[in-house]
Amino acid sequence: MKGYRTVRTALKALLRNPLRAMLTTLGIVIGVGSVIAMMEIGEGASTAMAKSFASMGANVLMVMPGTAASGGISFGGGSMTTLTPDDCAAVGKQCPAVFLVAPTVRTRTQIVYGSRNWVPSSMYGTTPSYLGIRDWTISEGECFTDRDVQTGSQVCVLGQTIVRELFDGLSPIGKEIRVKNVSMRVVGVLGPKGSNMMGMDQDDIVLAPWTTIKYRVSGSTLQSTNQSASGSSSSSSVNTLSNVYPSDATCMYPAQSAVQQANNPMPVRFANIDQIQASARSATEISAAIKEMTAVLRDRHHLRQGDPDDFNIHDMTEMATAFSENTNTMTNLLLAVAMISLVVGGVGIMNIMLVSVTERTREIGLRMSVGARSRDILRQFLVEAVVLCLVGGAIGILLGQVVSYLVWRLKHWPVETSPTAMTAAVIVSAAVGIMFGFYPAWKASRLDPIEALRYE
Amino acid sequence: MEFIELSSIHKTYHIGDIAVPVLKGVSMTIARGELVALMGVSGSGKSTLMNLLGCLDHPSSGEYWLDGQEVSQLSGDQRAMLRNKKLGFVFQNFNLLPRTSAIENVSMPLTYTAAHLSERQMRRRAEEVLGRMGLADRMDHEPSQLSGGQQQRVAIARALVNNPPLLFADEPTGNLDSHTSQEVLAMFQELNQRDGITIILVTHDANVASWAGRTIHIHDGLIVDGSFGGTVGQSDAAARAAGAAATVTPTLPAGDDK
Repeated sequence: MKGYRTVRTALKALLRNPLRAMLTTLGIVIGVGSVIAMMEIGEGASTAMAKSFASMGANVLMVMPGTAASGGISFGGGSMTTLTPDDCAAVGKQCPAVFLVAPTVRTRTQIVYGSRNWVPSSMYGTTPSYLGIRDWTISEGECFTDRDVQTGSQVCVLGQTIVRELFDGLSPIGKEIRVKNVSMRVVGVLGPKGSNMMGMDQDDIVLAPWTTIKYRVSGSTLQSTNQSASGSSSSSSVNTLSNVYPSDATCMYPAQSAVQQANNPMPVRFANIDQIQASARSATEISAAIKEMTAVLRDRHHLRQGDPDDFNIHDMTEMATAFSENTNTMTNLLLAVAMISLVVGGVGIMNIMLVSVTERTREIGLRMSVGARSRDILRQFLVEAVVLCLVGGAIGILLGQVVSYLVWRLKHWPVETSPTAMTAAVIVSAAVGIMFGFYPAWKASRLDPIEALRYE
Repeated sequence: MEFIELSSIHKTYHIGDIAVPVLKGVSMTIARGELVALMGVSGSGKSTLMNLLGCLDHPSSGEYWLDGQEVSQLSGDQRAMLRNKKLGFVFQNFNLLPRTSAIENVSMPLTYTAAHLSERQMRRRAEEVLGRMGLADRMDHEPSQLSGGQQQRVAIARALVNNPPLLFADEPTGNLDSHTSQEVLAMFQELNQRDGITIILVTHDANVASWAGRTIHIHDGLIVDGSFGGTVGQSDAAARAAGAAATVTPTLPAGDDK
């Protein structure tokens, strides 16, 4: 029997009792419908999460300088100054997977406006690209420009917390604040970002051209670029307690002798930066970006094969996996529930197909007597079950779409059409049809034609 | 070799450990073009014999030659093919597919083995057979819209759609009134005489059997009468059709296999 004829015969047999066929397939309709709705809502949720996650800097890559080591003693990450603004520019030019790149110079010091003062938790010298990397917006005024960076202009951009603390919520645009006796004009206010995953206030920030921070505020070229050291030393100038507790009084290690210094020459650079921040073009290109950046930086630092990297690249893998694990767990949970309903639907199909085989025993006997082989009978009933499931699956897809549309319309949840889910639904419903249709079909094909013909 | 030749056919059913012999050594021949009635009371083994002849079942022992082919040892699928190509069945209760038009009922057997035919060819063949049954105007009616006689004629058309040389009719008039019965039986006779189809009528009704050229009586699993052509008075038609075959019938005793 040709395939399409089998399908047509199956459809005709099903249409002989349309109400029953409909009720039989209802389980599959609901099962597939819920799978589709779950998948669409789940996809929408994860897309929305990915978006909000990207705004937290999911694609951000941080390049930290490597560790200095002396006599087997490591000084920890960032204790060596190996990164330069030229490294940063090279990364921006030579890495296709890197979208934006910005150098950062960090300091921690007091800022003063009028009679108020405040120590922002982060004070970064950077370039305007930094805002793009962090997906940050300017709520008022504008950002400083690349030209400001080149000239080391005394301008800055403030976070919301600073505005609240120093300006009492009034517009700070055009006002001058004092940072370690350097006067800086406020040109913009950053949009609110709230606290990050660790609970740190991200709005407690001052951004300025990195040249300004580097040369005017920290006022150092080589010696105190180590951020922790520079942090403590720069704050010590305002902290009157530093005389009581001198931070640099104790030196754990003996000072290097002239010979030792000659053996480990510190490269003399005119400018070092604390970090390079970069963003990958997308979350999937993070690993490619890391590879490219490693290659570029190793080349620029003249590292031989086998030499360890003199820098570290960090990404937000932990955050990213945590997030995707969360959404995956939820989606899988919902899918499992939906799958159970599919199985229940399959049991319903098997039930009705068994009834149908019993009811149509005489038809089976007749078909056998006119020459149907047992495999013809098997195929006919199997195809009937599969057709039933596929039709149910198609209706289920429509139902699922309607449900997710309603959810989007009424509850404003983000939803996203998922072709994968539809394909999966079709495959799964066909599989359910074959799985649960096989036993009744096999039973039908095993019937003895004589018994079947005589069956009342 | 006759068209149908049975020699010492035994059929024993096993119900649990008990063996129930139903056919106890049946030998008979039927020539091509005969119209034969198979008579017997219920429990005589009449239905079992008919199932064996119709290749729905295989005998426990013995040989069954159909159209020059030994069929008693064929597998289920081979028997199915044989039924499709060579045999047609007409049942007491018509066995039409409900809610399915007459033409589709008739073309149903074609879908199993005549897959090479196009839809149109199948339909034309079914139409032709239905036309021969005088149902040209009832093609798209469903069984429930047809009278008993018409339903039985649809069933006959279905049996004939593969042009089988052998037709089985199991109590074909059992559910029909006497007038319609006459019509249906006349139709069988016409098929037998005009088209030369061998027909085996299974019945317990002597009136029905009287239409046949020969009547085979079966009792307690043995043929008591008429196992070979020519032993019973033939109708002229059957005599003509059976022709010389009847005259050279071997003279095996009916109950040689006790």
